[in-house]
Amino acid sequence: MKRDYAEIFFNSLARLVTYSITAVIAYIIFDIVRNGIGVISWEFLSGFPSNGGAKGGILPAIVGTVYLSLGAIIVALPLGVASAIYLTEYGKQGKFNEMIRLAIVTLAGVPSIVFGLFGLGLFVLFFDFGSSILAGSLTLALMILPTIIVTSEEALRAVPRSYREGSLALGATQWTTIRTNVLPYALPGMLTGSILGIGRAAGETAPILLTVAAFFLPRLPDSVFDQVMALPYHLYILATQHPEIELVRPMQYGTALVLLVIVLAFNLGAIVLRSRFQRKIKSQH
Amino acid sequence: MNDTKQLSTKQQSVLEPQVSVKDLSVFYGEMQALYDIILDIPTKRVTALIGPSGCGKSTFLRCLNRMNDIIEGAHVTGEILIDGEDIYHPNADVVALRRKVGMVFQKSNPFPKSIFDNIAYGPRIHGQKNQGILSETVERSLQRAGLWNEVKDRLQKSALELSGGQQQRLCIARALAVDPKVLLMDEPASALDPRSTAHIEDLIDKLRKDFTIVIVTHNMQQAARVSSRTAFFYEGRLIEVGRTKELFTNPSIKQTEDYITGRFG
Repeated sequence: MKRDYAEIFFNSLARLVTYSITAVIAYIIFDIVRNGIGVISWEFLSGFPSNGGAKGGILPAIVGTVYLSLGAIIVALPLGVASAIYLTEYGKQGKFNEMIRLAIVTLAGVPSIVFGLFGLGLFVLFFDFGSSILAGSLTLALMILPTIIVTSEEALRAVPRSYREGSLALGATQWTTIRTNVLPYALPGMLTGSILGIGRAAGETAPILLTVAAFFLPRLPDSVFDQVMALPYHLYILATQHPEIELVRPMQYGTALVLLVIVLAFNLGAIVLRSRFQRKIKSQH
Repeated sequence: MNDTKQLSTKQQSVLEPQVSVKDLSVFYGEMQALYDIILDIPTKRVTALIGPSGCGKSTFLRCLNRMNDIIEGAHVTGEILIDGEDIYHPNADVVALRRKVGMVFQKSNPFPKSIFDNIAYGPRIHGQKNQGILSETVERSLQRAGLWNEVKDRLQKSALELSGGQQQRLCIARALAVDPKVLLMDEPASALDPRSTAHIEDLIDKLRKDFTIVIVTHNMQQAARVSSRTAFFYEGRLIEVGRTKELFTNPSIKQTEDYITGRFG
């Protein structure tokens, strides 16, 4: 009987904790939507900011965030997938491989401001890209690389060994085997990595603070060497640096809402893509 | 150990062996899995490898197409000649070897592709793009594996929808599609029901006219039914090899007798 009580207690506790976390997230989203929805208008989404962000729209920040996230994923995905292929398929298990893995895990735990400073030192100053989309995207790419490597590795490992053996036994080279009989089945899992990566890249402030983000720049970028505004940084400015913080509160909520929707849209896109791949593999392929 | 070695050498007299194994030893790291195996495998005959779990028979089988290469820490010494060529020679072409020596695994492993694409996988990776030739190869391979009539109307359906026995015959057809000379089978029927097993055994009986077959099996009746020669492995050593009928009715070594009469294993 005693064990039953323990069972009920821990069951309820786990349930309570789960519900509480969900409730907190739901409240945050609810609060942002309730206070932000009033500001959302065509003018807000497609206009340029004026009066230091107190009036007008946030188009440059939206465009900046989309460019930076896409730039980061375009750089990080091929690098991450290639590293994962090396680590799971080619690299010999041993000290060296373990050290690389340790480095990757450590990299994942490095605070984002450190990435920002690193990007400032390497891309902005040393390579002389200046404060630019290029420098910002590369910095974000470095930051999300560990996530992409780790999830891609997991995806590759989830492909049954028998697919590799079956292919090799037919005389396929290792690369042919990977290309035709491993990667196609690991792709959905790899997309999960990029979902997480994009979500993080779009939302981070610290790495772009020192490498790309403009305080106030009411125009769209012409090239990858331009500075841009970005939603998280814009939000930070409005919420802490603006002379009249109370007055621009609705703008803050509106910006937060747009950022939230963009991240969700990225995620949703990747989820749809992933399930389409999975369906293709299950039914026809 | 010298006794056994001499004995197995004496019993070796095989006319025109396709595969000739000399002093083969295999190590996994520090552990030795096979000791000085000497064995000739005759052309277009079925050779069965029997012995208790862990005796090295699967390891031996996987040496014949160098599938042990992909196991980290595996190390092979000695010589394996297939059609006179040393397959472990530093300049040996592993891709060509594996085309010549096909393999069917214990657990059927159809790829999650259509039936057609499974069979065409081998020819395609070797550069065949002609759709007409591919279709012919697919049909011929499925015919040979005795699966054509069951699947000819659904070649574009996923291979995963087939039954267990059909999947294993699909894997045999897939191996046949690259025109091998030797077919290695690692307990091909151990996961199948009796009817499917009978189906596979009938198939082996048909295939032996055209292929040199080496089959690992736990099932002694199966070895007796399908093979003309049987090799008994125990603790990494080849204990005895000979004509199947003789080995089962009149084994010359005590360990073989104990194993086939079920005293251990």
